Amino acid sequence: MKTFEEINKKIESRKAVVLTAEEIIDYVDRKGLDAAAKEVDVVTTATFGPMCSSGCFLNFGHSKPKIRMSEAWIDDVLIYCGVAAVDVYLGATQLRHNDPANMYYPGEFRYGGGHVIEKLVSGEKLQLFGLSYGTDDYPRREIRTWFDIHDLNQAIMVNPRNCYQNYNVAINCSNKPIYTYLGLLKPDMKNLTYCSAGQLSPLLNDPFYETIGIGTKVWLAGAQGHVYAEGTQHSPTCERSPNDVPTEGAGTLALTANMKDMKPEFVRGISLIGYGVSLSLGIGIPIPILTPEILKRTAVKDREIMAPVIDYSRDYPNRSGRVLCRLNYEQLKSGEVKVLDRRVEVGSLSSYPKALEIAHLLKDEIKRGEFLLSRAIQALPRSQAMKTLEIREKEE
Amino acid sequence: MITQKLLLHFPQSATEKPIVYHLVKDYNLIINIFRARVTPEEDGFLVLDVTGNEEDIRQGMAFVKSFNIQVNEANKGVRWDSSKCVQCGNCIPHCPTEALYISDKKSRKIDFNSSLCVECLSCIENCPFGACSSIF
Repeated sequence: MKTFEEINKKIESRKAVVLTAEEIIDYVDRKGLDAAAKEVDVVTTATFGPMCSSGCFLNFGHSKPKIRMSEAWIDDVLIYCGVAAVDVYLGATQLRHNDPANMYYPGEFRYGGGHVIEKLVSGEKLQLFGLSYGTDDYPRREIRTWFDIHDLNQAIMVNPRNCYQNYNVAINCSNKPIYTYLGLLKPDMKNLTYCSAGQLSPLLNDPFYETIGIGTKVWLAGAQGHVYAEGTQHSPTCERSPNDVPTEGAGTLALTANMKDMKPEFVRGISLIGYGVSLSLGIGIPIPILTPEILKRTAVKDREIMAPVIDYSRDYPNRSGRVLCRLNYEQLKSGEVKVLDRRVEVGSLSSYPKALEIAHLLKDEIKRGEFLLSRAIQALPRSQAMKTLEIREKEE
Repeated sequence: MITQKLLLHFPQSATEKPIVYHLVKDYNLIINIFRARVTPEEDGFLVLDVTGNEEDIRQGMAFVKSFNIQVNEANKGVRWDSSKCVQCGNCIPHCPTEALYISDKKSRKIDFNSSLCVECLSCIENCPFGACSSIF
């Protein structure tokens, strides 16, 4: 048994023993659980993939004369102005003004909120255009100017849902191609897409949120941030394997960090043909090895983590709840799987090499004494299910 | 017999001659065109496999070059930018010839073997990160 304080002391004196969630698997096999739990202080987990529910609050400072922006765009991407005068929220999936979307199906979706966020973090110049109705104290009614992230007072990423604990594997059982947020799915189950770092993924290494909670410090695209709330759609009450690992979406995290500290290679705008734009993000979360039980959970292997295969042509859009089968991540990573007795080629939207790079970067930061762990100030809910939206009349 | 993948670059208004016909008829070459864009008033491109004996290919290409057409063996029409690629693997099921492939099963790193590329362009449509592009 160790405490947070003991682990942080070891980190400060650069003596902490840190392994990635990939390295820990063989380590526990070799040393045995109890001996390994005594030696290892921290296991680093990570993921890199599309996380649509992401965005940022920006504060521009005041022009002379001042404006209270009521509508505004950055690089022609609409930003939300329903907060204070020069505070805005920029969402990852917002399309650029005049993007034809899916009018000429399938649309290309070349540029949007995710790309603006990538440019911001890269330090590139962007154009702000804002309108206002004008007030006595904020008389300016229009503004057009150029800025980069260094000109802003604050650029704080605030992501309502990141790090889905597990995720659907998408397949297409229909006879025509479909375009989804998991990419192009060819007809007749020719391919499928998964999207998880599997054995490296943060919440798959802490299935009951024993160490990751509100207040936990995280590595968000290179910046030190933290979990500020349960993620939206956090639904821990779900099907789980005997090892307690969810076999479907389950838990999520709401994360925040200062974008001025982020590294651009881990903040990437994406264009999904026929679907839209989004943002791919790199996230690392350290797990303190307080007990052998916590260590055991971090030693989970790809073949022990099951994901549900869902038909995105009918079952997903119609919320039927049907699962065609379950596959583990070792099977998925083999490149070819069997679904309903058919051979199916596998693609992924989550980057394992990037996740591994992040797990190592975080490991190095901890070993150098630059990243201390923080105890959660509040646990994530461990029992609640996801509600649905029912369409009803006012009187019902 | 050898096969070479070549990119021919036509400067504006290069020729009206049926070049491919002459390569087949006069130089005894087997031509497999992957992709072409040769239109008036614009630079033109033609990506093709040429199969034949070495001397015939050499002479055939000398014939092509006599029209001021550049013959490029190294550069292909489709480019993969490793600095933009995040190695997610979304392209893998969309590449019909395994030109884009996972070079190492454990690290899952992606690599591009341009000699296998048939320029179907599906990687360009499907890469969310814009890592694949066409020079024409």
